[in-house]
Amino acid sequence: MELVVGGAKAFAYTAGREIDPARPSVAFVHGAGLDHSWWGLQSRYFAYHGSNVLAVDLPAHGRSEGKPLESIAAIADWVFALLSALKLDKAAVVGHSMGALAALEFAARHPQAAERIALIGIAYPMKVSDAFLDAARRNDHAAYDMETIWGHAPQVPLGGNPNPGMWMYGDTLARLERLAPGVLYADLKACNDYAAGFESAARVECPALFVLGARDMMTPPRAAEGLVRAIRNSSSVRVAHSGHSLMAEGPDATLDALIGFLAA
Amino acid sequence: MSGPRYPGFDTLALHAGQSPDPATGARAVPVYQTTSFVFRDAAHAASLFNMERAGHVYSRISNPTVAVLEERMAALEGGVGAVATASGQAALHLAVATLMDAGGHIVASTALYGGSHNLLGYTLRRFGIETTFVSPRDPKNFQREIKGNTRLLFGETLGNPGLDVLDVPAVAEIAHAAGVPLLVDATFTTPYLMKPFELGADLLYHSATKFLGGHGVAIGGVLVDSGRFDWEKSGKFPQLTSPYEGFHDMDFEEESGTRAFLLRARREGLRDFGACMSPMTAFQILQGIETLHLRMPRHVENARKVVAFLASNPAVGKILYPELPQHPDHELAARLLPRGCGAVFSFDLNGGREAGRRFIEALRVFSHLANVGDAKSLVIHPASTTHYRMSDEDLARSGIGPGTVRLSIGLEDAADLVEDLGRALAAASKAR
Repeated sequence: MELVVGGAKAFAYTAGREIDPARPSVAFVHGAGLDHSWWGLQSRYFAYHGSNVLAVDLPAHGRSEGKPLESIAAIADWVFALLSALKLDKAAVVGHSMGALAALEFAARHPQAAERIALIGIAYPMKVSDAFLDAARRNDHAAYDMETIWGHAPQVPLGGNPNPGMWMYGDTLARLERLAPGVLYADLKACNDYAAGFESAARVECPALFVLGARDMMTPPRAAEGLVRAIRNSSSVRVAHSGHSLMAEGPDATLDALIGFLAA
Repeated sequence: MSGPRYPGFDTLALHAGQSPDPATGARAVPVYQTTSFVFRDAAHAASLFNMERAGHVYSRISNPTVAVLEERMAALEGGVGAVATASGQAALHLAVATLMDAGGHIVASTALYGGSHNLLGYTLRRFGIETTFVSPRDPKNFQREIKGNTRLLFGETLGNPGLDVLDVPAVAEIAHAAGVPLLVDATFTTPYLMKPFELGADLLYHSATKFLGGHGVAIGGVLVDSGRFDWEKSGKFPQLTSPYEGFHDMDFEEESGTRAFLLRARREGLRDFGACMSPMTAFQILQGIETLHLRMPRHVENARKVVAFLASNPAVGKILYPELPQHPDHELAARLLPRGCGAVFSFDLNGGREAGRRFIEALRVFSHLANVGDAKSLVIHPASTTHYRMSDEDLARSGIGPGTVRLSIGLEDAADLVEDLGRALAAASKAR
């Protein structure tokens, strides 16, 4: 569905279904440089199992217009504004990577609207290497290569994709190559600059689930341990063999973790 | 790039798409010779059908062995994914049927395999899809024939029968300016000799029967998507960008972004047309792909030796091989095909049809049959076989002379190939 958020056209995937405020709602927030379709299997499941689904394209990503948001707090507020525009008072927010930081910040800044948060492939601090950040700043293709390679477990280029016939590296690259100049840099910088993690984690009142890839090179599970401890009501699931792209590398395990958490 | 690196072509040819089988530890790709796959429970079944979970349901739609081939080819070509089909012709049909309905129009190169020409020029026309054929020599020919209902530009990377080299970057630019994709048949070049996506093509397919398999035991095709064409931005492909009643009102682009084309090709094309690849065929083609990077250089090396021999023989007229300076696409080939121009080419034998017949019958190492891209060297004389009923004038219109011979150079000792051809040329000369 299309709507206007912050004065710009915004898009949220709903699996083609109408939003009904009487049903529970789940917002999915993608990571750096990506879009709503990264959640394809998981978002579709919840849309067909009783929930309103809003898999958003953040500004300047996918089908949403506008400029990329420059901070994690701005992303969290944008998600809140999108839900408010749809008159949805409360939602579970599921985020991946940059989107996971935004989900955390959403729960801290808008506790009344946060039903639950699921943080997939998260680390804090989420520092981005100088080489990666610099390549993105220069709009150098090397930044896309780094996100593609580091964004998957080491065995992915040689292993089988759970999604028949698809090549995970190629799919990630094709998505990144559609970005306008500067968008990936803005996303990475927002992750790199985010400094409120522990403070915000301490303010989270709702239940939180961490879903972490055992072979994640970008946000290794040990880098989430501080946040896991800092959120009072949290649980954690580790997906064996998966790297940072959990929704593609371990789609069933990720979905099962979300079903268990969101249905609880 | 500074930082991590991608696996090399040779490694991908051996490994991409398959980890050792988790159930048995089998290192080779297992042949999952099964029509269907057991659901864990009713909810799992429903989720698979509704695309909420990844997995296999029925081997017409997807199969684990076939999926290895698809993923491996996507990796070798640098695409987002692939769909394997029953033949190369099935891959071409699947591409066209996914992109357009009756009323659609294609601008295609004249330098095409005869089967492709038949499909586009006659068969698809019966279903309301028209094709205008243009010489690929000047890319502007494609531009001139683009109409409001054009939905695809199409050519072969190395065209039949004269090995016309498609100027992929130039034709891709024309296609993109018109908001349509460029599809190429990359059978003769394989990903080892050319990466069409890096040159701007959007979609490609192979007759996997040829060099990919290489052993002449299996018929198959594979259709690969670069994922780079923006169907939504083009606005010309409601098949991919509007709700489709035939698949739960799914908007394929909205659902899957870069995977929209392949999603519809698989979920509609394989489901309804049914031209899928069998698991055993996928296994056999995979055995070939594992040595593609070793075979292709040898094919090219042998072809160069044979071309050099033929060029020095007085019984031979024109040789259509782009590495020769007199070929009209010589410079383009040097730019787009630095690793070589493949191993299939034609030459004209002085002496007409009778010389051609004698030549063929005198060969001992070359096999006389209708195929190319085999590890064994192959030959065919169109005027006495595939084009037997055509007059010399009609042959000329197809770019074929009465003495035209097509060779597919294999992996034998090049000296044996040269000796075989020398004997046959001597026999052919007696016809004059």
